[in-house]
Amino acid sequence: MKIKSILSFGAIVAVASMAISALVGITSITAAHAADKVKVGFVYLTTPGDHGWTYAHEVGRQQVEKHFGDKVETTFVENVPEGPDSARVIRELAKQGNDIIFTTSFGYMDHTIKVAKEFPNVKFEHITGYKRSTNVATGNIRFYEGRYVQGVVAGLMTKSNKIGYVASFPIPEVIQGINAFGIGLRSVNPKAEVSVIWVNSWYDPVKEADAAKVHIAEGADILAQHTDSPAMLQTAQKAGALGFGQSSDMKAFAPKAQLFSSVNNWGPYYINKIQQLMDGKWSTGDGPDHWAGNTWVGMSDDFLVLSPFENMPADVAAAAAKAAADIKSGANKIFTGPIKDNTGKLRVPAGKTLNDGELFTTLDYYVDGIAGKIPG
Amino acid sequence: MEALMLTVLLTSVPLIFAATGELVAERSGVLNLGVEGMMLMGAVSAFAATAIVGNPYLGVLAGAVAGAMTALVFSLFALGLATNQVATGLALTIFGTGLSGLVGAPFVGGTIEGLPNLAIPLLADLPVIGNLLFNHDFMAYLSIGFLLAVGWFLRRTRAGLVLRAVGNSHDSAHALGYPVLLVRFCAVSFGGMMAGLGGAYLPLVLTPHWSEGMTAGRGWIALALVVFASWIPSRILVGALLFGGITIMQLAGQARGWVVPSQMLSMLPYIATIIVLVVIARNREFALANSPACLGRLFIGSK
Repeated sequence: MKIKSILSFGAIVAVASMAISALVGITSITAAHAADKVKVGFVYLTTPGDHGWTYAHEVGRQQVEKHFGDKVETTFVENVPEGPDSARVIRELAKQGNDIIFTTSFGYMDHTIKVAKEFPNVKFEHITGYKRSTNVATGNIRFYEGRYVQGVVAGLMTKSNKIGYVASFPIPEVIQGINAFGIGLRSVNPKAEVSVIWVNSWYDPVKEADAAKVHIAEGADILAQHTDSPAMLQTAQKAGALGFGQSSDMKAFAPKAQLFSSVNNWGPYYINKIQQLMDGKWSTGDGPDHWAGNTWVGMSDDFLVLSPFENMPADVAAAAAKAAADIKSGANKIFTGPIKDNTGKLRVPAGKTLNDGELFTTLDYYVDGIAGKIPG
Repeated sequence: MEALMLTVLLTSVPLIFAATGELVAERSGVLNLGVEGMMLMGAVSAFAATAIVGNPYLGVLAGAVAGAMTALVFSLFALGLATNQVATGLALTIFGTGLSGLVGAPFVGGTIEGLPNLAIPLLADLPVIGNLLFNHDFMAYLSIGFLLAVGWFLRRTRAGLVLRAVGNSHDSAHALGYPVLLVRFCAVSFGGMMAGLGGAYLPLVLTPHWSEGMTAGRGWIALALVVFASWIPSRILVGALLFGGITIMQLAGQARGWVVPSQMLSMLPYIATIIVLVVIARNREFALANSPACLGRLFIGSK
């Protein structure tokens, strides 16, 4: 009896572990092999689906295929967690003979660096990280530019003067976005204020929806997000509030609530770097002390695109278009003084503009217009 | 304030379903730690059915059936082969997490039309409480209905008495000629169905999405709630509302600018659960008065 139960316990564990290893397997899709093509690998955080961060990368990959035709061969691996597992996946892609590998999430940073050392002849491009080596370059988009325009629209559209912001993690990129939003908001509306709820996740539709509900219950009528699911916009639409989409155009999810989405456009970056590789001109650029990445551009190069302005009167849309045009032309650098923090202390004196390194290292405060404190 | 309370109520519903189901299983003497896995299977099936057929009520049904089917796996091993219930339950959670991810892969990023609100005529027009209590979706009413029905069943019916007898002393029940394993099979299946319904509530009402692991620990909270409720159905309602309240309060606290780290606030619901369990455990009489004596014990009937 005792032996029997131990045996069956063992059987359960064996069956369960077999099932798990079969089920939690990472899916990989590989195109047919050909020798003279440039082979390009992509590592994705989630399945691309039809919205959000990874979807935007997938659109970029498709642009690469379209642009180069049969001169390239692309492979992607989806659903790769941001832990040690990612090193295994990146190594596998390198072994398969990929010439250049794009790792598309911040959390792959250390693992990309580690694997790159083992494959000195393969080029690596890490998205949104700041560590580089001889064969690892980095790329990023100035997401905060779109958030400034969001702030302008929010300031003009709000009736309650309460804006709700659903944020993921307090890392530099997200703080830049919140502060750019606040600067845009304050440029048109001295009374409106942003409150921030951190959900400590990039993608958690239940929690994002809960946060949106709470914002609305607390009186917010405009919502912004730095998380990936359309749950916030859908909640806004249900409650009659308005909001902004993230990473890709989320209009389809909430046609009555979306003011516009900031859309990430990775295609030109991918195409540019692959072309460099083909021409023998690929480089890592500045060197490892430069924070923001070898490639860090935004609306000026159409790396960041705003979807059409909707659900707003023509004068607000015109103001948004003007704000976008000023950023695009370089007339408005956004983080130009005077910038005060939300306690009234002057942080950036008039006439000074924060440089890229400072955007990453000095923003440890919320600007005027954002309530509360940065956690941690 | 009213809007916040409404959000709290909705957050509690999945817990009421899952905890009520687990309570029945435990009252029959079976500890099924697979609630999280069964909830995930319910969630993904409800989403998939609704996405394919377009009818959220069919999604409710799919969630219930999927939960019960997942519980069958548990019954097969833990009851049929008398395997260790703790290990089998844990395996079921891991199994459900993996399988739901696999089944749900094509549905990531999709969206559905969720359950509509059904206002109860007249009552819904009452000031304040009308909107809070009588203007909900079908499943919210269903959860309370099940809770009341389970309370009545366990206390007032002969079948309920048999179920409790099986949970308290399976050998005596067996000697009296009651089908111990059949009773437990039914209780575990009911528990699975309820966990499936609790999981289904997430995509059908809370947010019209499927994402891997979207229950985010609610199954474990449901298990804790059963102990919190000291195996009495009506107390589940109190526990679920308390937990829902703290979940929403930590978000509202951030929106109101409380100067507490958000990570700390995110821990609150779990810390509260632990504190409550410790407090309850101090009074053993109260804690164990309704605790099934044969909980988690293996039963192999004489031939």
